[in-house]
Amino acid sequence: MSTAGIDMGAQSIKVVILGDSKVLGRSLIPTGFEPLEAAHKALDEAIKEAGIPRDDVKRIVATGAGRKTVTFADSSITEVTADAKGVNWSNSSVRTVIDIGAEEARGISCDAQGKVLDFAKNDKCAAGSGAFVESMARALEINVPEMIELSFKSTQDAPINATCAVFAESEVVSLIHSKIEKADIAHAIHDAIASRVSSMVRRIPIENDIALIGGVANNAAIVDVMKKHLGVELVVPENPEFVSALGAALSAAA
Amino acid sequence: MEKGKEMTTEYFRWTEYTWKDPDIDWRKADTLVAGIDVGSVSSQAVILADSQIYSYCSTRTGSNSPASAQNALVKALGDTDIKQDDLPFMVGTGYGRVNIPMAKKAITEIACHARGANYMGGPSIRTILDMGGQDLKGIHCDERGKVTQFLMNDKCAAGTGRGMEVMAELLQIPIIDVGEMSLDITEEPPPVSSTCVIFAKSEAIGLLRSGWTKNMVLAAYCSAMAHRVVGLLKRIGVEKDFTITGGISKNIGITNRILKELGGIEAIPLEPDPQIAGALGASLFARDLLLKSRK
Amino acid sequence: MFMFSWLLKKLVVKLGYIANYGYTDGSGDYYLIVDTDKCDGCGKCVEACPQGILEVIADDYDDLVAIVKEEHRKNLKYVCAPCKPVSGPRDLKCQTACPTDAISHSW
Repeated sequence: MSTAGIDMGAQSIKVVILGDSKVLGRSLIPTGFEPLEAAHKALDEAIKEAGIPRDDVKRIVATGAGRKTVTFADSSITEVTADAKGVNWSNSSVRTVIDIGAEEARGISCDAQGKVLDFAKNDKCAAGSGAFVESMARALEINVPEMIELSFKSTQDAPINATCAVFAESEVVSLIHSKIEKADIAHAIHDAIASRVSSMVRRIPIENDIALIGGVANNAAIVDVMKKHLGVELVVPENPEFVSALGAALSAAA
Repeated sequence: MEKGKEMTTEYFRWTEYTWKDPDIDWRKADTLVAGIDVGSVSSQAVILADSQIYSYCSTRTGSNSPASAQNALVKALGDTDIKQDDLPFMVGTGYGRVNIPMAKKAITEIACHARGANYMGGPSIRTILDMGGQDLKGIHCDERGKVTQFLMNDKCAAGTGRGMEVMAELLQIPIIDVGEMSLDITEEPPPVSSTCVIFAKSEAIGLLRSGWTKNMVLAAYCSAMAHRVVGLLKRIGVEKDFTITGGISKNIGITNRILKELGGIEAIPLEPDPQIAGALGASLFARDLLLKSRK
Repeated sequence: MFMFSWLLKKLVVKLGYIANYGYTDGSGDYYLIVDTDKCDGCGKCVEACPQGILEVIADDYDDLVAIVKEEHRKNLKYVCAPCKPVSGPRDLKCQTACPTDAISHSW
C-alpha cells in the first residue's frame, strides 16, 4: 500500500509518495493561482515518478497553509505536526525543528517520537521568510543563487536595520548607492533573516539536535549564518523542502 | 540614513510647495522663529512671526538630514527678505531631528504634531492620527496640545505611505490619483487579507489575474490599510475631536474609509495644511523657548 | 528651604502621558507601556531588564522618565522573548522592579 502527502505551500506544492517506508516519488510545482488544479497535477507527477498505478495510493493527507483547498485529500494535518513527523522519520535525535518557507517560519520543539511539544511561528509578516530573501535579491538585481554565492565572499558587515521587508528593500538600495560591496549587502541580508528567525525560535526551548527544513534550508548562506546566530550545529535533511509533505504521507500511512 | 529616498518612483512624487502670508510684516514681529521637520520622505519648515504662521514649505527629503533641513529652511524663507541670522531660535523634529545643525533643540515629532494640530484644529482636538511616509502615529492630547498618550508604528510598512507607494508602483498609477480611483467603483470589494505589504502585493497580482480592475484592487488595498490604521488607533482609543495629519491625510481613498470604519465620525480639517503639523509644532516650541530665554 | 522645595515637588502633580513603545505587525500588537504619570524616572527597571532595553531620559517636557531604547522599539517581540516564552511562566523583571507600577506589556 502507498500513501501520499501533499504540502500546499504559499509558493509551491510538494508531494511525496510513500510505500513500504520508502519514498517512491516526489514532485514540486508552483502553487500559482489555481491551487486545486496544481495539486492534482503535482500528485499525478509524483505518482508517475513513483511508477505505481494510481489505485495503489490508498490514502492522501494534505498539509500546509492551503491544505483546505485539497478537497480530494482524505484528511489534513497542520504544518507543525507534519514537520515534526517528517524530520523524526529520518533524524529521530532531532528535538528542535526550524522550518523556513516562502511565506512563513516556524520553530517546533518535539520528542523522540516526533510528537510536538511546543511551537512558535510567524506567518503574517515577510520578515524572516523566503519572500524576504527574494525581494532583497530583486533589490540587488541578482537572482537568489547569485546572492548566496556572493554572501560567502563578504569581508565586511553592512547595516540593515529595518525588520520590514519593504523598508529593508529601500535600505538595500541606499547601500548600493553608497557603494557598499554587493557581497557585503548579500551577507547582511542573510544575517537579517537569520536574526529574525533565530529570535523567533528562542521563544521555545531549544534542544539538540536542531534541524533546519523548508525551501530556505537549501540556501547555504542562511544555514551558515543561522549556525552562528544560534551557536550550534544544524542538521539539514536531504530534500529539506519535502519534509512537510513526507510528514503528511507518514501520517497517512499510520 | 536616507531610507526610501532612492526608491521614489515616478508614480510616487511628493509635490513641493511654498506659501507666504502677504499680510504679515515680519519686521514688526517681536519673535521670529522656525520649526523644521525632517521626515523620511518629505521635509517641512515653518516660519512663525509672533504667534502667526508667516511662511512655510514642503520639500522632498534628500540624501542627508542636514542638507534637507537647510533646503527646507531656504525654501520657506524663499522670497521673504529674512536671513537665517534673523531667526534666533529653531527647533528640529522628525526622524532626522538629531541631525539638524542649526536647530537649538530637537523635540520628538509626537510632541510637535500634537502642538501643531492643536494650533490648526483648535483646543478641542483630542486625537490625532499622523500618517507619514514610513510611520503611523496615534496621539492623544489635552486642550493645550500636550501629549497625553501616544503610539507609534514604524516597524512595518503596512499602513504607511511606503506601503501605498508599493501598490501604486505595482499598478502603475500616479500616487495622487490613488484616492479618487479607489472610490470610483460600483461596489466596495472585500479588503485584501494580508497585512504585510509584500504578501498583499502577491495577493493583488492574483486579483488582477482573476479579472479585477485596478480601481477594485486599489479599493481592496485602501480598505485593508484603513482597517489596519483603525486597529492601531483603537489601541489608544479615539476621543473627539479627531483629526488627521501627514501626507496620507490628503488621500481621500484612505481617509474616507478610516472615518467610515470609525463609525462615521468627522475629521477636523487643518488649515492651512495638515502636512506641516510637525514643523508648526516645532516652531511653537521654539517660540516658547525663545520667550523663556528672555526672562 | 530644602524641606519646602521637597514638599512642593511632592504636592505638584506631574501631568504625564502614556507612552506605548513598540509596534503592530501582522502577527500582533507588541507594546511596552510606560505610564509617565506614575513613572518618576528612578531607573530600577533599567537595572532589572536582563536585555538592557530600557533607559531613563529627560523627555520633551523635561521630565525624567523611563523609555524603551530606540533600537529596540522594532524588535520587542523578540528581545522580550526570554522573559515571556510561548509556554511556561512569564517573568517580567521590569514590571516587578517598578515601585510605582508604571510599566505594562500589551502581549
